Amino acid sequence: MGLWKAIAIRIGYGLLLLLAVLVLNFTLISIAPGDIADSIAGDMGGADAEVIAEIRERYGLNEPFYIQLWKYMSGVFRFDLGYSYFFNVPVTEIVLERLPATLLLVFSAQILAIVLGTILGVLAAKNPRGFLNTIVTFLALFGFAAPVFWTGILLIITFVSIFPIFPVGGMRDVTVEGGFFIETLDLLYHLVLPMITLASIYLALYSRLARASMQEVLGADYVRTARAKGVPERTVLYKHALKNALGPVITVAGLQFASVISGAVVVETVFSWPGLGTLALQSILARDTPTIMGILFFSSLVVIVFNILTDIALRLVDPRIKTG
Amino acid sequence: MKQLLSLAATLALTTAFAAPYAQAEEPKKGGTLVMAIQQTPRHLNPAVQSGTATGQPGTQLFAAPLRYDEGWNPQPYLAESWEIAHDELSVTLNLVKGATFHDGKPITSEDVAFSIKTVQENHPFKSMFAPVEKVETPNEHTAILRLSKPHPALMLAMSSQLLSIIPKHIYGDGEDPKSHPRNGDNVVGSGPFKFVEYKKDQHIILERNDDFFIEGRPYLDKIVMRVMKDGSARTIALESGELHMSGFEQDPLNLVRLKKNDDLTVSGKGYGAIGPINWLAFNTQADGPTSDPIVRKAIAYAVDTNFMLKALMRGTTGPAKTGIHPDSPFYDDTVEDYALDLDKANKLLDDAGYKKGSDGMRFKLTVDYGWPTVKPPAEYMKPALKKIGIDVTVRASADFPTWSKRISNHEFDMTIDNVFNWGDPVIGVHRTYSSQNIKKGVIWSNTQQYSNARVDELMELAGATNDQELRKKYYAEFQHILADELPLYPLFPSPYHTISSKKVGNAPDSIWGTSHPLDQVYIK
Repeated sequence: MGLWKAIAIRIGYGLLLLLAVLVLNFTLISIAPGDIADSIAGDMGGADAEVIAEIRERYGLNEPFYIQLWKYMSGVFRFDLGYSYFFNVPVTEIVLERLPATLLLVFSAQILAIVLGTILGVLAAKNPRGFLNTIVTFLALFGFAAPVFWTGILLIITFVSIFPIFPVGGMRDVTVEGGFFIETLDLLYHLVLPMITLASIYLALYSRLARASMQEVLGADYVRTARAKGVPERTVLYKHALKNALGPVITVAGLQFASVISGAVVVETVFSWPGLGTLALQSILARDTPTIMGILFFSSLVVIVFNILTDIALRLVDPRIKTG
Repeated sequence: MKQLLSLAATLALTTAFAAPYAQAEEPKKGGTLVMAIQQTPRHLNPAVQSGTATGQPGTQLFAAPLRYDEGWNPQPYLAESWEIAHDELSVTLNLVKGATFHDGKPITSEDVAFSIKTVQENHPFKSMFAPVEKVETPNEHTAILRLSKPHPALMLAMSSQLLSIIPKHIYGDGEDPKSHPRNGDNVVGSGPFKFVEYKKDQHIILERNDDFFIEGRPYLDKIVMRVMKDGSARTIALESGELHMSGFEQDPLNLVRLKKNDDLTVSGKGYGAIGPINWLAFNTQADGPTSDPIVRKAIAYAVDTNFMLKALMRGTTGPAKTGIHPDSPFYDDTVEDYALDLDKANKLLDDAGYKKGSDGMRFKLTVDYGWPTVKPPAEYMKPALKKIGIDVTVRASADFPTWSKRISNHEFDMTIDNVFNWGDPVIGVHRTYSSQNIKKGVIWSNTQQYSNARVDELMELAGATNDQELRKKYYAEFQHILADELPLYPLFPSPYHTISSKKVGNAPDSIWGTSHPLDQVYIK
């Protein structure tokens, strides 16, 4: 019962948050100088005055702000996210078309960062003055300090230009044809560099976190007891200690999810990855308000869902956590 | 006028389809061309959308009545011949017989009339077909355009992406052509390549139209256009062979680098009709000093175009002395070019009463720029104008709409801008200087707010005759007045280049860059 109630409360808060996200962002976008008519004219190499006036009329840009906001929000309550001014297709359609690419990138990068980060952290904690510890410290510094687009460009220069192993960008090579298997391989092949780039920031974070909490746990009484009674070191590390040390990693991973999505915007742009990030950038530059709002709607939704899932995961890993 | 008439009257089919390229070898059939486009097009129908993002796939999907060779001569395309009446008030197009749309339905004069009407009502450049009062269709293969006045821009406006012949039976179904669902999906065109797939921000796939109305063409089986927004990524992909071709490349550093590559051909030919010119525009109605022509002249004398060409553009482009592209037949290079002369510039300002203050500065000005490629020239203005005592602040804009709003609302002193000629001066040049076109909120209108009755009159005259020599005369005077009054100071054409792998034969070099049918391109 406790769990369900907690989840219900979380969902309630999540919906309120979603509402706030939408109203706040609609306001922010409308404050930005210039509008879709400017960007469409820019895209077309200029347009006559009547054409520009018609665009502003058509998209209701001449109406006062609160009416535009009201029209948009009442649409949202009817589950209608509107039409993309720029692409002339329903926002839901264009966002859902892009969402899988972003989720694939975000999840694979997160999993890579969590698994590799935890392993590195554990190994470093086991041997605090060893070589691995130095590596983790270095990674932590580097991963935090290096801007993600720079890491991406560096990887492109190294693995595309100097050692031509990977493709320069995109998600699929359409000239590669073959069955499902070949096409999946092609997809994974394109995924490698953007995934590593995005994972690099979080790898540092998780390895440091895992090391710290592992060191703390390794000093606990029950670990000493386990060692004293002759439990093999492997079992102590991975069964006794790691389970308790994982808590902070999962919490932070859940919290970081929002920032992974924003990191994805940069990575997608560098690698021409056709996800929400590239779409977001283009829509912002184009002042395509409905599309920007649609992206924010879906990404907020993903973050909220993921936060709830984190909550559940934490309870599963550590039964001591009760209703919060 | 005479050239056009003689060309039009006697063109036979045989000479008509002779390739405008020097062909060293027999083109090979088959193969896939992978090329890059730099932006995601909104959709693929150039009849209702301008810009080269739509134009590059659009000219493959849709044929126009005419096409142009690299010498600015009209060539037959969907119209096998044409005729301009002696009073210049009507133009007859004789369409190729047996031409069909991609769905097998015949292309008729009805479709031409419908396409012109659609462009008139929806395309952002109203000047292209403004004088066309009606299109008569005496029979299936003949379309007669009736004009209210002679309209010299018509020929260019019937080529490349400016007049795509679209099927009436699809786009004439009553839906708004601007947001028609078939603009971006399941497109039925008239051109050398058929629509296969368009994935936004990823790629456009086109395949050979086996029933294309030019026998034996196109040579390629397939074209894949990849959307690649990042210039360095395109450069690396061209070097690694992942891309065969990329048009509209303009980053000087990348161009210099690509020129050194033996596997690639880097050609700056063929962007004359696009006609992109970078200039320093002045707000001639500002409260500040830029409203004084003497100040504008002094600034022109202080700006060292040669330095910009060498240091900023790395020799990838040449000078543009006027607002008409140097490749255009109307370009006049005898105008005053304001070669660097700091003494003269200082003297002009001294004499006009702009005294230097204790800090050596006379007055302050801002210079705007709206996108990264024009940042270097904007930043150059600061040190250049400091030498004549003008304290320049470089004002960056977060993105294009931010800049566009400032400039189109006339809230600026100076800005670097890049404006396209779009073929005939009537389409892309007049808009910058016409006093009728001072329109707040509209970017690339006469945002300089310049007005001169004689300039208006010259544009009127040059826009109403097909006599090429007469037009040249009018445009020469036009360019001389503008060089004297300087509503803007032209710097250089954008260094647009087509990069192609040595494996690609007949890479396009006509006046429309890669916004041109690729039916003659082949893979060696």
